[in-house]
Amino acid sequence: MSALSENQKIRVKINDKEVNESAASEEKRAVFQTKNLNLWYSETHALKDINLEIKENEVTAVIGPSGCGKSTYIKTLNRMVELVPGVRITGEIKYKDKNILDKDFSVEELRTQVGMVFQKPNPFPKSIYENIAYGPKIHGIKNKKILDEIVEKSLRGASIWDEVKDRLHENAYGLSGGQQQRLCIARCLAVEPEVILMDEPTSALDPKSTLRIEELVQELRKDYSIIIVTHNMQQAARISDKTAFFLNGEVVEFDDTDKIFTNPSDQRTEDYISGRFG
Amino acid sequence: MKHIDESVVQRRMKSRIRNNMILKQVFFVATLFGLFFLAVLLIRVFSQGISWINWDFITGRLSTDPDRAGIMGAILGTSWLMLVVIPVTFIVGVGTAIYLELYAKQGKFHNFIATNISNLAGVPSIVYGLLGLTLFVRTMKFGNVVLAGGLTLSLLVLPIVIVAAQEAIRAVPQHLSEASYGMGATKWQTVKKIILPAALPGILTGAILALSRAIGETAPLTVLGIPALLIPFPGSLFDTFTALPMQIYYWTLDSSLVAEYAYLAAATIIVLLVLLFLLNSIAIFIRNRFQQRY
Repeated sequence: MSALSENQKIRVKINDKEVNESAASEEKRAVFQTKNLNLWYSETHALKDINLEIKENEVTAVIGPSGCGKSTYIKTLNRMVELVPGVRITGEIKYKDKNILDKDFSVEELRTQVGMVFQKPNPFPKSIYENIAYGPKIHGIKNKKILDEIVEKSLRGASIWDEVKDRLHENAYGLSGGQQQRLCIARCLAVEPEVILMDEPTSALDPKSTLRIEELVQELRKDYSIIIVTHNMQQAARISDKTAFFLNGEVVEFDDTDKIFTNPSDQRTEDYISGRFG
Repeated sequence: MKHIDESVVQRRMKSRIRNNMILKQVFFVATLFGLFFLAVLLIRVFSQGISWINWDFITGRLSTDPDRAGIMGAILGTSWLMLVVIPVTFIVGVGTAIYLELYAKQGKFHNFIATNISNLAGVPSIVYGLLGLTLFVRTMKFGNVVLAGGLTLSLLVLPIVIVAAQEAIRAVPQHLSEASYGMGATKWQTVKKIILPAALPGILTGAILALSRAIGETAPLTVLGIPALLIPFPGSLFDTFTALPMQIYYWTLDSSLVAEYAYLAAATIIVLLVLLFLLNSIAIFIRNRFQQRY
């Protein structure tokens, strides 16, 4: 263990940029502090003693083989997991010092601040404009001018404005898969969240659309904390600051992405990353 | 080693193709069977009744004289019934379906209720007539008025609407409601803005079926004591009334006394069919307007 941190120090010294980045990360606040989180689906113990601290304005990748609990984990962060019947959760997840698992913590409020982008693009069967305006509307914004502004800002934020500005009132299903997913990201931005959870957002997309989403994530990290589940290890390596490796419901390793991919401290992480299983 | 022996395949090929052809014919004949009797029915009804339909017949009051008899009273009665049945079944039926599918805790009790609703859809209509007679006509003392008839027919078709609405709601893709919840929407907001609009076409299909059933029901109305020979027009929920199927029933019964009544019955059937057709067209129009792809 100490040998590894030696190793890391050397690398940090070599690379000036990394020195700066790690210095900055010391000051970053934690958005999510997960303590002793356990989750059961009926009898299945899906998450086991998860302890993770996720920092703000970082991209945190969650990787691991199918069924390892990575999707379950991020769905716990906005309590979407509770939609599954028979779920039981113990432990604590602090979002800005409040335990979101408290029964009196309002999920509606939580999900306003912690947005989610899903695996499959899931626009509503409505116009592009109505898709974006949906979130602000449910939160009570009725003023047409403000809605117009939110729609434009959100679509620009998801870098899809130029493609759709002339067809805002056409059905969102006319867009390509990649465009639909960026629309869903824009829809998420429209509620002005602080954290964006992404559950394998590119797994249904072609390589070109995937690249655009990855570029977008790089843009968004300036203003948002992003937690992204991905099957694609190159993607995790390309876009994230921190990576958590899940296996059988446990966090095997959580560290800087560079370290995880160049010098993992756990043999299982190395095996997974080098493609020996998964 | 090859697992599939070419000669065996060859030997069986002929009989496989033959069976395929035979079954195609069987299914075709099965379709023809229904169509044939439907055609006989329509041809007979139209040939008997069409010459009796004219403006006076449709707008006139009832009379024992076949040449002067009109069915406006029955048309109005049926319309009044629909005025009760449509809102009651829609509100109660869709409300029940929403509760069962989206709010109620899934479990044994839920399954028990759901199964029994399906069973209720199969209860003979005359039983509902008895229920209506006891509950609305006698206990609540409505008498044999529009409200009692409408509520009885509503109970009768409610299970159909509930089951159809439940299925329509279940068919709305989960990822749509997840997207809504994911943005902090409450359950009711999600139901109102996402689930119901997406389920509406399916719900309307069920409503069409239910309405067609209600509009043609005779048995429960006879039990309620709805008169066939009634001169005044109904003007409110608390007026006595008669309905088109009642009219058809009594004219058919009495056709042994006055032969022309049979033609009047046929003419009334045509009017009933047209009314049904109109109602269905409206529902289908609404359904197509709201049809969404996802």
